[in-house]
Amino acid sequence: MKKDIKFYFKLFAATFYLSAFTFGGGFVMIPLMRKKFVDQYKWIDEKEMLDLTAIAQASPGAIAVNAAILVGYRLAGFLGAMITILGTVLPPLLILSVISTAYTAFRDSLIVRYVLRGMQAGVAAVIIDVVVTMGIDLIKERKVVPIMVMLSSFIAAFFVHINVIFVILASGMIGGMAMYYSKHIKKSGEGK
Amino acid sequence: MYLKLFWSFIQIGLFSFGGGYAAMPLIQNQVVDLNGWLTMSEFADVITISQMTPGPIGINAATFVGIRIGGIQGAIVATIGCVLPSCVIVLSLAYIYYKYKGLDTVQGILNGLRPAVIAMIGSAGLALMILAFWNGKAVTITGDGIDYVAVSIFIIAFVILRKWKVNPIHIMVVAGLIGLCSYPFIL
Repeated sequence: MKKDIKFYFKLFAATFYLSAFTFGGGFVMIPLMRKKFVDQYKWIDEKEMLDLTAIAQASPGAIAVNAAILVGYRLAGFLGAMITILGTVLPPLLILSVISTAYTAFRDSLIVRYVLRGMQAGVAAVIIDVVVTMGIDLIKERKVVPIMVMLSSFIAAFFVHINVIFVILASGMIGGMAMYYSKHIKKSGEGK
Repeated sequence: MYLKLFWSFIQIGLFSFGGGYAAMPLIQNQVVDLNGWLTMSEFADVITISQMTPGPIGINAATFVGIRIGGIQGAIVATIGCVLPSCVIVLSLAYIYYKYKGLDTVQGILNGLRPAVIAMIGSAGLALMILAFWNGKAVTITGDGIDYVAVSIFIIAFVILRKWKVNPIHIMVVAGLIGLCSYPFIL
């Protein structure tokens, strides 16, 4: 990939655009980032994007910003990270400095409310579409441990409302142990 | 004062795990309880506006609190404060990830994390869908109080997304327009 001015501009424009059009925070932005950087630009592969998402969620701060930093760093190092941070932070700054001059009018505006209610349903469809795609890919691999981890994490997050940090820690440990056991069993099998 | 604002948001950025909504109680603690920069009802407006405007909720809240307290400079200070800790931590983790991702143990951990990430995004998506369908009211099995416009938008959008590779942002813009054209007649 050529890293000229055009590339940096494209990176900035992509994060700016995503930040300016995503309502609702990290979980909305990550599926959109995946669509942009994995499906459309093909700059990052699917698995790596999931790894970066996990790191973004496990770190403190806004998940969308964390993910933007990681994507920027992955594509163009420290400079890339600075560009994506700027791209993510600038839209709220511009939009809110306009809105803050008349924020009560904005808050009480019926037009804004109607548009946002319609968008909410659209955003939910976008997120669930991405999740269905990723879930089907995972199930197609036909491995028991990942499918179990996915189901139990879903129950923990959706029904029990466990802090996501614990879900991340537990699933990471399960993954580490599963890898250890598969290595260990393979080795003792070879010894015989 | 800018220094205090900066320090408050460094703490918020450092200790808010789990994204925007998780950061709200922390911001409230710093901005309303500890420093008295905003009253509780002003803070409630901050949350509402942060959700209504595009962009990450945590950053929106930081920006808006900053503007209310110290104008544009305040917004810049609060945003930088909020982003700085995650920037340092995330970049260190990224460095470790790219250095050690070939190791078996790290691969194992990542194999465990991937399905969990899918599940957590799914959980957030489902929560948002329920919020859209029932508009924040109690969920009923009989379908009382369900918002049929939202359900229709959801189904149409979902079918289009599954069948064709359309830009999700176009979907959201059209969904907003449908909301604007239909809610005035039913609410």
